[in-house]
Amino acid sequence: MSDFLQLESLTLAYGKSIAVESLDLSVSRGELVAFLGPSGCGKSTTMRAIAGLMKSRAGQIRLDARDITRTPANKRNVGMVFQSYALFPHLSVAENVAFGLRLKRMARQDLQARVEEGLSIVGLTEFATRMPAELSGGQQQRVALARALVMDPKVLLLDEPLSNLDARLRLEMRSELQRVQKQTGLTMIFVTHDQVEALSLADRIVVMNQGRVEQIGTPEQIYNHPTTRFVADFVGFENIFSTSDLHRLSVNSPSDPTNPAPAPLPLQTPAQALPDTDGLAWRPASVVLGRGNYQGTIVGSAFAGTVREYLLQTELGPVRADVNADLPAFHAGSDVCFDLPIDKAVSLSSLS
Amino acid sequence: MNGRVLQYLVLTLVLLFLIGPFFIIVAAGLSAGESLAFPPQGLSFRWVIKVFQIDSFRDSFALSMALAVFGTLAALFLGVPIAYALARYKLPFAETLRTVVSAPIIVPGIIVGLALLRYLVVPLDVEVVTALFAAHTALVLPYAVRVVSASLNNLRSDIEEAAVLLGASRLGAFFRVVLPNIRSGILAAFILGFVTSFNQVPVSLFLSGPGVRTLPIDMISYLETTYDPSVAALAALLAFLSIAIVFLAERFLGFSRYV
Repeated sequence: MSDFLQLESLTLAYGKSIAVESLDLSVSRGELVAFLGPSGCGKSTTMRAIAGLMKSRAGQIRLDARDITRTPANKRNVGMVFQSYALFPHLSVAENVAFGLRLKRMARQDLQARVEEGLSIVGLTEFATRMPAELSGGQQQRVALARALVMDPKVLLLDEPLSNLDARLRLEMRSELQRVQKQTGLTMIFVTHDQVEALSLADRIVVMNQGRVEQIGTPEQIYNHPTTRFVADFVGFENIFSTSDLHRLSVNSPSDPTNPAPAPLPLQTPAQALPDTDGLAWRPASVVLGRGNYQGTIVGSAFAGTVREYLLQTELGPVRADVNADLPAFHAGSDVCFDLPIDKAVSLSSLS
Repeated sequence: MNGRVLQYLVLTLVLLFLIGPFFIIVAAGLSAGESLAFPPQGLSFRWVIKVFQIDSFRDSFALSMALAVFGTLAALFLGVPIAYALARYKLPFAETLRTVVSAPIIVPGIIVGLALLRYLVVPLDVEVVTALFAAHTALVLPYAVRVVSASLNNLRSDIEEAAVLLGASRLGAFFRVVLPNIRSGILAAFILGFVTSFNQVPVSLFLSGPGVRTLPIDMISYLETTYDPSVAALAALLAFLSIAIVFLAERFLGFSRYV
């Protein structure tokens, strides 16, 4: 069942502007998937299309072996927790949860049992008679979650589920969502612009940018092995260079005659090590200052506790380096050589 | 110190100017004398009692009530969908629609009345009551749209999407989720519309026909022939009615939020 939910060359547009172009994605049953990307990348649009709140321009959406591309939103059995929670302000907590069940004309007793079950999953049993306005943001969100859960949806969509909560509640809600997901075995998709949220919560992350999928992978793959410039930059591999530049500039001899013979070259230059990649990327913490076969000038430095953050001007472009603060500091304006260790690099198949 | 005194003086004068006439009317209506006068000669309820014995007042009161109630209901029936469409959809002529709908507030009633008479009632030979009903509906419509719009703008639109995802149709979502949440706005619009219609003079003046008069018009024509305090007594009664309505509305709806 690796294709419980399938998006096939899905294209979404607002009028003439294309929001999502030819997106392909498979989600298996019980998986927790995150759509990660900056605002305007099409992640929310994609989610709205899965819910049926947005018509697709082209392509197909299949859910549980059925084509739902043209199925209206109220017949899809897809649940959603809105970013604003979208509770019905005129109904009590219990009536909010019962809303969908009443529309299904569920018998009174089943309905009552269902509502109680839903409220107990999110731990709000004693709040049943309260009105939404009397609840905190975190409680409102849990009501919204219960309201969606009691409908027994095939997929549960969550729009920025943690972004409106304060730090402590965020942690609480994160484990709550994981617990609910384990308990119900529900397929969940959530949208976020926060990589920490995506990394800590999801089984699989879909990184989106400008209406396209950049990379799909597990949190470890995304965080440690980004494959495109965008994803690399997003997860902190801020020093991104084309392989050909690295190759060309690494063999240059140092320009400072008082500082002869650079440190020995690595056994292999990057270009030889990874001949078929467009580019390589390093985290600032991987850059070594004071030795190596590249030259640069310190243009900025800042003390940040355990590390000192440097900005270098080099022929490769700006380079960021985080160096252990215990080591002697380099001063702004001084020329230094630096190394980009090949074993710390990730190779990027696309630099565009 | 002097500034403070001056402030209170101005405030007192303004209040006197605003509510002074009300006290004069009440006093005049409770007069024991034969003609409309202030200060009143003596105190009695005879003119208040007489108000209820004048047939034409009873008829015109009934007409004004019916116009106010049904005209306002009709205005809401049109106004709520208009307000909803303006609030939720990007309409191509939204601004034009807003202007057209607000026109009766901006254009002087006397012009509206004349225009309706000259170009609608006379050429089409419309019944007087029908013409009055149409005119009052149109006059109340701007208030209905404005007040309902205000409460729709305070309501998040995603609750409708939430309702749809829980199985409701678009129409069902409107009735189950939107309508209950703008209920107090609709009630506020109703009260405002009712009062507007009930107190309407210039338009009704043009459209009233033989034997068919709204209460304010009837009061004017009564004054033309009989100059006794019963008109003041009636005016006082109406003022108390308005005060009671607005007081209740404020008490239970927080009316002033919408106006």
